[in-house]
Order: sequence, then C-alpha cells, then structure tokens
Amino acid sequence: MKKSRVGVFVCHCGHNIARAIDIKSVMEKIRKYPGVAHVEDYIYLCADPGQKIVADKIKDKNLDAIVIANCSPNLHEKTFRDLVESVNMNRFKCEIANIREQCSWPHDQEREKATLKSVKIIESVIEKVKQNQELEPIRVPLTKKALVIGGGIAGIQAALDIANGGFKVILLERRATIGGKMAQLSETFPTLDCPQCIMTPKMVAVAKHENITLMTYSALESLEGYVGNFTVKIREKAKYVDWDKCVGCGDCTEKCPAKVDSEFDAKLSKRKAIYRDFPQAVPNKFVIDAEHCIKLTKGKCGVCEKICPAKAIKYDDKDEIIEEKIGAVIVATGFDLFGLEKVGEYGYGKYKDVIDGLQFERILAASGPTGGKVERPSDGKTPKDVVFIQCVGSRDPEFGMPYCSSICCMYTAKQAMLFKHAVPEGQPYIFCMDIRSTGKGYEEFVQRAVEEDGVVYLRGRVSKIYQDDDKIMVWGADMASGKKVEIPADLVVLSTAIVPAEGIKDLASKLRITTDEYGFLKEAHLKLQPVETLTSGIFIAGTAQSPKDITDTVAQASAAASKIMALFSSKEYIRSPTIARVDEDVCKGCGICVNACTYSAIELDTIKKISKVNEALCEGCGACAAVCPSGAMQQKNYTKKQLLDMISVATEDYDKG
Amino acid sequence: MAENNSDKNIVYYPGCTLHTWAKSLSDTFIESFKKLDINLHELSDWSCCQAVFPLARDNIMGLVPAARILIQAREHGDILTTLCSFCFNVLRRTNNAIQTDGEIRAKLNAYLEEDYTGDVHVLHPLEILKVMVGFDKLKSKVTKPCGNIKIGPYYGCQLIRPPKEMKFDDPEDPKLLDMFLESIGCEVVNFPFKVECCGSYQIVQGEDMVADRAYAILSNARKNGAEAIALSCPLCFYNLDTRQNLITQKYTDFSPMPVFYFTELMGMALGIDEGLCGFDKHKVDPGILLESLQKSSDTQEHVTVKNDQNKLGVN
Amino acid sequence: MEELSGQNLNACNQCLKCTAGCSFVDNMDLLPNQVIRCIQLGQEDEVMKSKTPWLCASCFTCVTRCPKGVDLSRIMEAIRTLLLRQGKEHINLSGSEFKLPADAPQQLFVSGSRKLSG
Repeated sequence: MKKSRVGVFVCHCGHNIARAIDIKSVMEKIRKYPGVAHVEDYIYLCADPGQKIVADKIKDKNLDAIVIANCSPNLHEKTFRDLVESVNMNRFKCEIANIREQCSWPHDQEREKATLKSVKIIESVIEKVKQNQELEPIRVPLTKKALVIGGGIAGIQAALDIANGGFKVILLERRATIGGKMAQLSETFPTLDCPQCIMTPKMVAVAKHENITLMTYSALESLEGYVGNFTVKIREKAKYVDWDKCVGCGDCTEKCPAKVDSEFDAKLSKRKAIYRDFPQAVPNKFVIDAEHCIKLTKGKCGVCEKICPAKAIKYDDKDEIIEEKIGAVIVATGFDLFGLEKVGEYGYGKYKDVIDGLQFERILAASGPTGGKVERPSDGKTPKDVVFIQCVGSRDPEFGMPYCSSICCMYTAKQAMLFKHAVPEGQPYIFCMDIRSTGKGYEEFVQRAVEEDGVVYLRGRVSKIYQDDDKIMVWGADMASGKKVEIPADLVVLSTAIVPAEGIKDLASKLRITTDEYGFLKEAHLKLQPVETLTSGIFIAGTAQSPKDITDTVAQASAAASKIMALFSSKEYIRSPTIARVDEDVCKGCGICVNACTYSAIELDTIKKISKVNEALCEGCGACAAVCPSGAMQQKNYTKKQLLDMISVATEDYDKG
Repeated sequence: MAENNSDKNIVYYPGCTLHTWAKSLSDTFIESFKKLDINLHELSDWSCCQAVFPLARDNIMGLVPAARILIQAREHGDILTTLCSFCFNVLRRTNNAIQTDGEIRAKLNAYLEEDYTGDVHVLHPLEILKVMVGFDKLKSKVTKPCGNIKIGPYYGCQLIRPPKEMKFDDPEDPKLLDMFLESIGCEVVNFPFKVECCGSYQIVQGEDMVADRAYAILSNARKNGAEAIALSCPLCFYNLDTRQNLITQKYTDFSPMPVFYFTELMGMALGIDEGLCGFDKHKVDPGILLESLQKSSDTQEHVTVKNDQNKLGVN
Repeated sequence: MEELSGQNLNACNQCLKCTAGCSFVDNMDLLPNQVIRCIQLGQEDEVMKSKTPWLCASCFTCVTRCPKGVDLSRIMEAIRTLLLRQGKEHINLSGSEFKLPADAPQQLFVSGSRKLSG
C-alpha cells in the first residue's frame, strides 16, 4: 500500500477554539503522526485566505488526503469538500475533525485536557481518512413537485412562490379553508392593513393558480422516501358534503339546528354543525362537523340534505387516502395559544370579561361576531377601561415558556390603539415587562399609540384578577411610580404566549424532523440554515419554527420556497455515496439487516441467499452494518475496521491512564 | 381505600393551641371522626412544631422539632394529621424537605436520635375526608344537613402555599374545603379572597394592618353572597372572628359576620353534641344563623343577620 | 444573603408581580421587588434598615406566582435571620414593653416570636 500523505489544517475559529486549546502543542503532536505530510494552522480556515492555504498546500505538498480540524461537519464539510474537488482531489479524501462543538466549547475551562482531547480527535480522523475510498456521488432523479403543509400566511406565500417559479405544489390544510390565524385578525401592525385587503387576494390566487393543488380538510398520513423522491399519503377527511356540487350558498347552515363554539371567532360566537369558517373561505365550501351533527351522531335530523339545492349532502362520506409523489416539503403549521386556564390568578375561563388576544382581535374585526363594535362578552356593554396584560405565560420559566412570544408587544399596542379609535372615550392600560418594537416602523407605531391615542403603559406584571360586581379588578404594579396599582377594568385582554400548533410532535416524527424543547420545529442551523431541517428536502417556515410576526413569516416562507426552487432547478439530485454495501462472498442471507433498516432499503435475494441494498433508498445510517453478525454489511468509508482503528487511536493514551 | 380504614391508625398531632384556645376545633374533629369510624391515635407528650417553617437554608435546627414529631408519629402509624394550618405547613414541608433534599436529610439526621427519611404521610383532615372516607360517604352520614346556609370557604395561606411543597390543591382557586362544605349540605359561595392572607401574627405589629386584611376578606365574601365563613386555622379564626371588633371600630359600613371552624360544621351535620362546638367562645355570635338553619330553610330570614347588629354581640 | 436564602437573586428580572400581589405593601418602606433590587445593586444597608422584611408575613403569595421561581419569602427570612443573629430583635415579645393581646392563641405568640424575636 502506498504511504499516505495527509495534510492537517487546524482552525483557530477566532477565539472559539484557540482560547480553550493550545494549538501549537496540538500541531507539534500531529506532525509526528504516521502518514502526516503537512500541518498548518490559520485563524479562520473557512474564510477565503484560509481556503486558499488549503488548496495551495494540496498541490505544493502533493497531499493525497486532508483533515480539517475545526467546527461541526454540519457547517463546513461541504465547503472544504467542494474546495478539494476544485483541485482534483476526491471529495471523500477530505474529512472534518470537530474540535469546536466536541472539544473547545464544552471544555472551555480545562485547557490541558481539551488540548489532549483535540489531538485524539484529529488523530482518529487521520486514521479514518487514510482508509477512505475515493467515491463518486450518486445521482438520482427528482420529482419536481412540492408539498406545503399548513395553509396560513406562511404556507400560502410559500406555495405561491414555488408555483410562480413554475413548479407544481400541493397545499395541505387541516381546516376546510386556508387563511390560518391571519384571517382571524382585525388589522395588522404597523400599517393597519386589514387581512381582508392584503390576504384574501393571495387566498384567491392560490385557488386559481394552475400549479397549485389545494387540499383542505386534509392531513399528512405518512411520508416515505428521501429528498427528491418522497411518497406521501394524505388523508382527506370526510366532509359529508360533495364539494363538486356545493356552490357555497349557505342555505344549509342557516337551518342547521346544532350549535358549536366557533373556532374562527375564538369561541365568542356559535357556528353550526354544517359550516364554513367565514364567508370569504377558500375554497368557499361547507363541511359537516361529524362530532356535532345530529344526523351523524343520533341518526335524526337531516335538514341540510332536504334543503340543499345542489343535492351536495353526503352522509355516507368516508375519509380517503391519497398517495402523491413529491420532491420536497415545507412545514408551515403555525401556532396555538397557551392554555390560559393554567394561570389561575388571572381567572381566564372563570370570568367572561377576561379574554385572550385572539378573542379581542375578533371583537375588533369588522368580520367578527360584533361586526367590529367593541362589546364585552359578559353583557355586551361597551367597555371603557380596558387593561391589556403582556407576557402571560411568555418569559415565564415556571410555566415552561422562558421564551419571548415576539409578537405580543406590537399587537397589544395595536389593539389598544384600535380600541381607542373605536371607543374614543375609553382608556387603554397596558401592563408590560418592556416594549420590544424592533421591526421597521414598529417603535414609531408604539409611540403613536402612546402620544396620539393616550395608551398608558405600566411597567410591571399583574398578580391577581378577580370579578368585583361588574368590574374586573386588576392588581398590578407600576415601576415608574414605585406603587402597587389597582385598576377596576371593564375588560381584560391577556396577551398570551404562543406555543406550537397542536399535533406538531406527531407530524415531526412522521417527517423525521426534530422539535426543540418547547415543541417548535428545529432548524438545521439557527443562524445560517434557518429554513432547512436536518432531513434533506424538508424545510420549515413561520411560527412552527419560532414565534414571529407576519413580516418575518412571509420572508421565511419565501426563503423556504427559494430553497426548494434551487433544489428543483437541478436536473437530478446528488446523494452521498457513503451508503451500505454487502460483501456478497461473506453474506449468509440471514436477513437481520432487513429488519434493522428503517428505510426499507434492503431486500433479501432468495435465490442467491444474500442481502441487497437499494442505493436510492439507503440513507447511510449504518444500522444494518451494526447488526450484521458476519461483517458482510459495511458502510462505505465507515467500515468496521475504520471505526475500530479510530477508537483505538482515540483511546490509547487514556488506556494507559 | 374507603373500606378497612377502621383498622388503620391515623396519628393526630394537636399542637399548642388545640386543647385550649381552639378546643372546639379539636373536639369537634375527634367526635366527628368517631362518627365516621376513623381511629385517631392522639400523640401524647408531644412538643411544639415551632409554628413557622424555617426558611433560612442553614437553619437545620429549626427542622428538628418537626422531624421528631414525624418520628414519634411513625411508631403509631404511617399517616399523621393535624388541624392547625401552621402545624400542617411545618410538618408537611419538613417531611417534603427530608424526602426531596438529600443535603437537608443528611444534616438533619445527624441531630436526630433515629434516622428518618420521610416515610410518614402528612395529611390534612380534609384530605383524609376526600381520599380515605370520600365525600359521598361523608354525605351519607350526615344527619342534620347544614340547610342552605351560605358559607364562604376561607383557605388562607399556610394550608395551600407554597404549592410546590404543599401540593394541597389549586393555589389560586382551591376546592377541597368547598367540596367538603357541599357534602355536609352547605351552600358554598366562591369568593376571590379565599386565598388572601388574613394578616397572620402581624397583629403584634399593628392592629390596623390585620383589621384591613380581615375587612377585605370578609367584605369580599359577603359581596359574593356569603353569610358566614368556614376555615381551618386558629390564627385565621383569631384575626377574622376574635378580633372582628377591630373591623367594626375602623369601618363603619361593616356589619359582623360569623366564622366557623370547618370541623364545627361537620360535627353539627353528623349530629355530635353541640356543646363541643363552643359557640359561646365565638366573638361573633353565630346563634341566629344556626337557629334559622335548624328551623326550616324555607324563609331567607338568616340573610338579615347583617342588619341585625344588636343580636350579634360583637365585643 | 443568597447563601442563606438559597435563591439566585440574578434570576429576578424585576417584573413586580410580587409587589402587585403583596397584602402588606401599604405599610412597607421598600416594595418587595425593591428589596431584591437593592441587593442586586449592592445596597444591602438599605434592606437591613427597612421595615419591609418584618412586615412580610410569609404568606407565600409571591412565591406561588413568581414567573422566575424566586422564593422571596426565603430572601425576607434571610434578612430577618441576619439581623436576629446580630441580636437586633424587631419586637421583644417576651419583654416588658410588649403586651400580647390577652385573648390571643398560643399559635400567635409562637409564630410571632419566632419570626420577630428569633
């Protein structure tokens, strides 16, 4: 075997690595390691001059493999593999030794130990790269059709962008209409545009777009395959109304006797069992809520069937499973509000005139249950003193939500302002922790609310709320005056913490993507890959990733769409070749690997009695290699020998004690 | 669990106030539990629990008396109960600290004659009624239901807080006393101040402070429809009943409101000797309310209590 | 004070919820949140001469509602403990100047003296 000429390049990552690790001594040790032909360090290897050093040295020193000792391969493996390819080295002869996330960061205070550990990490990677085979990427065909899950403003924007880019899109929404939370809002900060003016046109555009297939009242059942080649099953829920026939006239809903709290009006009004969320619904069709329909639960009634002029009622409707081939997914499932009943001291659910922010949006909205007239839920009176409370649940580790919900400061200012416009003699008070108004035009908007509309801000949290005759008593405090404050209010609005939409964990596991500790979808990298996930081909957008306002949601949706369009612009998808391989001479065809594979990528050849790997399906997870009793199944460039050699190199000094 | 409890000993720790100042609280509790066939074993030769849970981290000595009581209880049964909210707070928190905080457990055991790891259950009589007796069974044993007397259940502080350690009930809207009162036939009035502090021992620093607190609590209960208050703690009783005269002196719009220990109402409902209730020791005479109760409840006469100050001898 | 109370005073972000719910603020010279603030600013002297820790009745309302899990009742006790250990009793309940109400329960005397006289 030819003697290796490995080049090792150690990055300081500014202070990130250099502060915790003695780089000089690392280099001295590595220089002596068998097969190492060159060692060099630089302050930022990923920057242009750093990359030039690496490229130049590969040529000058005639290197045949390199190790970059820097940060996680998630960040720069691709950077350096692209680089070595440009100087005619096979990309698999470049490996990353992660001495930042796995060494300098966690061992910040233990310089000596961290230095030794980084030497061991680098040496083990040298051992690996010396045995790496030169591999060629696998090229697979692409299905140039996207699935967007969630029909709120994020999903709508993403679907329109992809469709306008010339690619097919399926837009999936679990309610009967698209529109999401934004459709429920009164007006939006800081421009005071109403959603009806700025969003409804987009909803209509979705419905009319030739590249978009709209599937509402539907949910994802399963997803299989890999980027560019997913197969999804979609459950189209039984609607009990034939949408091909329904013309949206609304006769049915008028006569339906079953009343249910309206989701769209945040429980402030009743809808019927046969319903649509709002008159501008897209598609403008009705569904029957099977749980509350008298005919479907008790077998009696049937009024809607009798009255429907289009003969669209279908009591025997069933769920349908539809299979589709797609190439990429955007998850834009939005948010819910935190269950306020848990904040016992605020009496939400106990006192009718203590409501949440979304309910007040409905009260302010022209499309709402009061037609935009500000009336309080208990007795319909126009409230005069309205207290708004921010950070209810948010920034509250005791309730498990230490994070900021991001939008409450602004929507509360907006609601206070709109209230004052609707009730000029009214007085809005806002209890806040501080005012976070960092978006474009946001601080000016807050100042307008204070200066022109007389909104009074009190800096402090509220401790207790209770009913006192027809007033809602609010016990708060005001930092500026250093006093405890008691306000007899007519209405209290709680700006509630945002939590991920219900069912997100289940959906995430179907999609093989991860959630963070609060249940929000986890991005591949918070700063540099905010719309990617660790599963290639699956992207995220909007409040499913973290609380954010409409401006940021739309921007993120467009970003996710552009990622998909970039993916779809290639002829084929290039996959990593570090997948499983069977040594046919050794394999006995026991089939253990078949069961170990979660991607159904291994089949048993019953005639030859050996396992066969489907290269298109194998994700290279290594599960089969780990369970193989004979060692016939190996993962390319992660062979058993490579891994064992890495381990013995990494542990030898520690073994000696 | 409701069955077979007659062979299970429940150890009763009375504490400093129960045999003298709050005798009726203790007597009616013991008699009522007899009626419910629950064996109580009263600790003899007990010492003071120290009344307040020591909050300074290094005050291990402050936990010793309570730990000794728990050890003493262990000899007689695995459930310890006590009526006074202060004792309950101290005993339960001490037990909890021993169970959950290894450092405290180790340090404390160095002072104790016997090792103790928190194996006794500290239960409030209301919890025993709910879990071991069951409110349905209690209801079935009632011989003289409390009519439609409108009672505000008052919990105060030490019974319910801090919730992470006490784990007694919802700290903002507790319901255990409510459920108890319902089961003995009272009409329960929910009022927001049922968890507000009555002023505790602060009367030693100023009577005004306590009068203000008591006024706020009783007025709030009345505003929500209560004619009387039920509670479990002698110090709350002192501030709300014994010293109700402070309120009438300071607030001219205030008219007296009777206050009961919950066990007195239980005793009456279960038909124990009324003499044990010690109503003569109440400063706000509950007589009229009780009379109207025991007649028939078809008239709403007893509601007029608040206008009938002459007969309610507040001194 | 942090050691004696076992509380991380830096965790308090001065939201004032403790003050908003406290029953005794009317009589206090420092608001409950200001007690923590003074300690955060290194002004322990202010706290040691304040009436506030003595007015705290350990009702645990603030503890129950604090969004950051700060146990203010333990901080108040730490202040009282430090003063009492220096021999600075707030009220000498067994002294001749103080007259306990004759009609009071034993419980009042025990709890009051443990909190205020050590």
